[in-house]
Amino acid sequence: MTDDKFVLGGHEFGSRFILGSGKYSLSLIEAAVKDAGAEIITLAVRRANTKEEENILDFIPKNVTLLPNTSGARNAKEAVRIAKLARELGCGNFVKVEIMRDSKYLLPDNYETVKATEALASDGFVVLPYMYPDLNVARDLVSAGASAVMPLASPIGSNKGLATKDFIQILIDEIDLPIIVDAGIGKPSQACEAMEMGAAAIMANTALATAGNLPMMASAFRQAIEAGRKAYLVGLGRVLTRGASASDPLTGFLHN
Amino acid sequence: MVTINGVATDAAGKTVAEYIASSNYDPQVIAVELNEDIVSKKDYDTTVLKDGDTLEVVSFVGGG
Repeated sequence: MTDDKFVLGGHEFGSRFILGSGKYSLSLIEAAVKDAGAEIITLAVRRANTKEEENILDFIPKNVTLLPNTSGARNAKEAVRIAKLARELGCGNFVKVEIMRDSKYLLPDNYETVKATEALASDGFVVLPYMYPDLNVARDLVSAGASAVMPLASPIGSNKGLATKDFIQILIDEIDLPIIVDAGIGKPSQACEAMEMGAAAIMANTALATAGNLPMMASAFRQAIEAGRKAYLVGLGRVLTRGASASDPLTGFLHN
Repeated sequence: MVTINGVATDAAGKTVAEYIASSNYDPQVIAVELNEDIVSKKDYDTTVLKDGDTLEVVSFVGGG
């Protein structure tokens, strides 16, 4: 189990928990990273404030890989601009493509996401596209040069869990890239379930940011993700559609 | 006028380096885009802003 590495764009990671950094105090980031055991953390790019503002990079341990997102982009062109700005900020070449036209449900625009993925992959980025789980689009993302596919479990920030479970399973079964379940995972049991299904990793932010104790919830997610991964690797026990099957010997007592 | 982070600003004639210094940005933690093209740090000194330009100055924040 110790050599079970998560490979993303040619980089190896020991952890399968991608941590978000939004909606909580910068002072909690270090504890969150440590208790999550996370090796990848997401960031956003925004118009800068002047010097008095705290710099988030000062709070992130140096061995953690930064995964900037393109949130705020409404089309492929804006996503490419944001990705290039992120790269110029000196954080490496990973990018999570996130393109939304819809501000009520914050659903990703799959069509623009494919276009941005193609442009950024050909420009040398390790592209992790956030998408609505659709098999045809996932195949297009593979062709476009994505390094993983990140289907949503339910709307961003909703904590509603695996609403798209059956469609994520199709991606896991059919797509030859890591499937990272992103958005909507609300509790450790849901992260565990996605990992049992064969997801390569889990990305969570709001579930932690809105929990009673962020570092402790990060730790709970870590354990759930590890448990789910272990169960997936060994293979779950079978399910009987009818009847029962005793776990105890049925002979050698009272009646026979 | 130069539109900087969405605000019309009297910065025409300044270099990017001069604007950044006068606005109290930390050049280590920002990236700059002029008219939708990245300006590398090494070009801050030689890139002069002119009327009608659009400048974006960005940095990292928390996000998911």
